[in-house]
Amino acid sequence: MKLLVCISKTPDTTAKIAFNGDNTKLETAGITFIMNPYDEWYALVKAIEIQEKWGGSVSVLHVGPSENDSIIRKALAIGATDAYRIDTEAVSADQVAFQMASFIQHHAFDIIFTGKETIDYNGAEVGGRMAAQLNLPFISFASHLDIVAENEAIVKRDMEGGTETIQVNTPFVISAAKGMAEQRIPNMKGIMTAKSKPLNVVTPQEYSPKISIVSHELPPAKKAVQYIDPENIAELARLLREEAKVI
Amino acid sequence: MVLVFVETENGKVRKAALEAVYYGYLTAQKLGTSCQALLLGNAEDATSLGLYGATFVHQSDSISFNFFDNQVYSAAIAQAAKKLEASVVILSHSSNGKSLIGNIAYLLDAGSVSAAIDIPETDKGFSVRKGVYSSKALVNIELNTPVKVISVLGNSLQISVVGSNAEVQPIALDVLQPGIKVLSVDKLQSNVTPLPEAERVVSGGRGLKGPENWGIVEELADVLHATTACSRPVSDADWRPHHEHVGQTGIAIRPNLYIAIGISGAIQHLAGVNNSKTIVVINKDPEAPFFKSANYGVVGDLFDVVPKLTAAIKNLNA
Repeated sequence: MKLLVCISKTPDTTAKIAFNGDNTKLETAGITFIMNPYDEWYALVKAIEIQEKWGGSVSVLHVGPSENDSIIRKALAIGATDAYRIDTEAVSADQVAFQMASFIQHHAFDIIFTGKETIDYNGAEVGGRMAAQLNLPFISFASHLDIVAENEAIVKRDMEGGTETIQVNTPFVISAAKGMAEQRIPNMKGIMTAKSKPLNVVTPQEYSPKISIVSHELPPAKKAVQYIDPENIAELARLLREEAKVI
Repeated sequence: MVLVFVETENGKVRKAALEAVYYGYLTAQKLGTSCQALLLGNAEDATSLGLYGATFVHQSDSISFNFFDNQVYSAAIAQAAKKLEASVVILSHSSNGKSLIGNIAYLLDAGSVSAAIDIPETDKGFSVRKGVYSSKALVNIELNTPVKVISVLGNSLQISVVGSNAEVQPIALDVLQPGIKVLSVDKLQSNVTPLPEAERVVSGGRGLKGPENWGIVEELADVLHATTACSRPVSDADWRPHHEHVGQTGIAIRPNLYIAIGISGAIQHLAGVNNSKTIVVINKDPEAPFFKSANYGVVGDLFDVVPKLTAAIKNLNA
């Protein structure tokens, strides 16, 4: 099978978030950037597992400048076959989805994977936008994916209070959630071979983004915690009713 | 016109949909236009959408709507938006709403913002606020397109009655054949408010020591009419079902009250819950990082504190 995994670059989960002078951009000094965890742990590893069982290839696709190549090399070290980088700054979900889908239109992939969302803008929009442009089924928040025949998959999708089990034929777009696979750490052989795997640079399409960032702000500082004596829990119940007014 | 897609469950309008309608109403007021609702399938209480600001409910029914297929639903919603000349389309930020937003926005050539927490700012331009970096910051996003698509994060606004029952009228749509087949839907406890819509959540962590001890969490949730949740290690160990897991890799919630029992408060957990309006932390470790994000803290043995809290709330209700 020909599999594609869309990967994104995000600040590390534990990064301290601050913004530049006019609050339009993230202050990147001191921040470690990583492959978006949903893309890496679930989407990429699942694609590799399918390729190991069914043969074929796993390509990774990224929108970003050459300084992001280290993230793409990591995906290759984990086990992807080859990579494509669309050579432009990622500015919005609509722009990233448009660039990716425009590339995918010229390649016949059986399954197109994304993570369920990125951990920076938490939008979960790229998969749906790509599926619409490609006119393909889109299954979001998939926690299990089983290939049952060359062109047929059974997917479990998370939803409020439970799961749905879905049968779908390839090609389709799928967003990966926790449960789909287990994180893999690249080994030394993977890291060495990644250096010689093809990383193709793709020229972006012309596009004007449909949104722009006006400003960022940090949430208002929280008041200091009010401690309640464990011997006087009635006081907590009273505060929840009379002060917080939540019960 | 502002068009709100209304989600239903078991033949009734979902609470998240009422919030979306009310959000649509407030947005329409700002824009000096009307708010109308779109129902795909059936809901016995559809006329009540008028109470929260919908002037009309447009309804289309088809067997294709019996199960959720992203392509079928997004094509129908986009088609209705075009037909009714909607300038803003509002969705709930539910698992289906999150799946639909990108697809609908592409079909309408629209800019989109998911998980909005406030009504749009329309004094100059049209901007929408949402949480980013796993709720460590907020962003205001300007939408540069004639048509805009927004999904509304649950519990972001307090709904109130602003109108009377709305008329339900059919809308003719060309509905696609499903491209996927839903084999089964497995839902537990359908009488419990789903986590993203829950106003009160009682959540347990590793401090509970084992699934056999969950009774005290459930009893507290019971007296509070709250939904139960858990931390990642708890769902990883299969003490509790996966869909109860809140946090970065689970689901993000924004209840009015979040009670964390025996949860230390790792940053990945906070990412999913620190938008909660009031946070209570019960932990025997005074150094637990969660206390820094809490409004109320109890340093004590949860096996002692939680039953006492349940009893105190019962007393208060008596």
